[in-house]
Amino acid sequence: MRKYTPKDNVQKHSYYTDRFWVAPRVPREAVAEGSHFASVVEAIGTQAKECYIEVGQLVLQIESTENFAVLQTLKEQCGYTQCSEQSAVDYLAQDGEFELFYQLLNITEAKRVRVVCRIKEGEAIESVVPLFKSANFAEREIFDMFGIKVNNHPFLKRIIMPDDWEGHPLLKTYPMIGDEFASWYEVDKIFGKEYRDVIGPENRDQSRIDRYDTKRFSRVGYEVPFGADISEGEKENPIAYSETVLVDYTQESGKQLDERR
Amino acid sequence: MAQHQVNYASAAGLPIALTSVDKLVNWGRSNSLWPLTYGLACCAIEMMASGASRYDFDRMGTIFRASPRQADVMILAGTLSKKHSEFARRLYDQMTEPKWVISMGSCANTGGMFNTYATVQGVDRIIPVDIYLPGCAPRPETLQYAMMMLQKKIRRESANMNNNTKQNLRLV
Ligand code: SF4
Repeated sequence: MRKYTPKDNVQKHSYYTDRFWVAPRVPREAVAEGSHFASVVEAIGTQAKECYIEVGQLVLQIESTENFAVLQTLKEQCGYTQCSEQSAVDYLAQDGEFELFYQLLNITEAKRVRVVCRIKEGEAIESVVPLFKSANFAEREIFDMFGIKVNNHPFLKRIIMPDDWEGHPLLKTYPMIGDEFASWYEVDKIFGKEYRDVIGPENRDQSRIDRYDTKRFSRVGYEVPFGADISEGEKENPIAYSETVLVDYTQESGKQLDERR
Repeated sequence: MAQHQVNYASAAGLPIALTSVDKLVNWGRSNSLWPLTYGLACCAIEMMASGASRYDFDRMGTIFRASPRQADVMILAGTLSKKHSEFARRLYDQMTEPKWVISMGSCANTGGMFNTYATVQGVDRIIPVDIYLPGCAPRPETLQYAMMMLQKKIRRESANMNNNTKQNLRLV
């Protein structure tokens, strides 16, 4: 007999799992002999732990300590003069690591390379600002959003969040609606902590309705004065919403309409 | 404004209109509401449209100012981020009394769709708001209507702003 599973509150967690579902994955192809990317792989040499082509784009997996040397080779020998994007992915829960990636563009060849490396939590990465000016802001963003320190960065400071912010919002452990610091940030900063009681917590419920709050809500169907206390129940004072004059068409209706016109 | 028919001949040839100080002051205030140009997000586009020739705020005496020192109304048009909240409050403090605030759009009213760590969930957490303007974004007509409602409100108020604490709660 099948094991009984309680059916109450089945909405709470999904009880259906597809055993045959395989998450789609971009196919990885080998680097073709004699192509442009083959020469890139040759220039990088043994610094690349793994290299493959994904959607027409070369991906190089490297050691995080060698990021500067690899990017320098790519820039000076292979013509990848543009670093269009640089960021990190939080894989802390899965692998205990961050994945950092650099998107490079070779304008003359119209080719792109992604350089990927992994670092442990608390480790720092070497700055590539001397090679690419665009890395300046990108590395500050990585620091701001993930808390990854960048060595030898000219001005490592938060770029998006305020300077006195606590926490790194793109971490998967950071709650979407913010932690306690975030939820009181503006109150603490402008009025001071003692004003928390005066102003009260944030209302995060988008559909909140408080029928006893007659300052912000009016009850449909009842007319209640602004700010009246209705905790003991309001006076029955229903409003008739229909303003249509009901005309009895069987009796003199035509005449009424004519007169109105 | 209270107006009385004037018989010029009987009043020594002088044109006379009787009124009260409150009404006179409020007439002046309500008809020259200069808002602070304070666009924060997409709502600012609608605010600009209201100021431009098609909707023409100028005919109501509403002329946008670039300085809080010259402004009477702060139209908070858009999403107020937590980082910016400090500056919004500072600009509000720099405005001279009497001053009013219109919160324009869902974002300014409640945080709107940005139920995130970085958005202030309603500007009334840091600034006392007079008029809340619903919509995402509110049309320029709605902003004009809000301006007219504010004019009505001002005309109801006492000219001495200290008497208005009940209607016009100020946080600090
Ligand atoms: S209320 Fe809508 S239109 Fe206005 S700032 Fe927010 S998202 Fe933009």
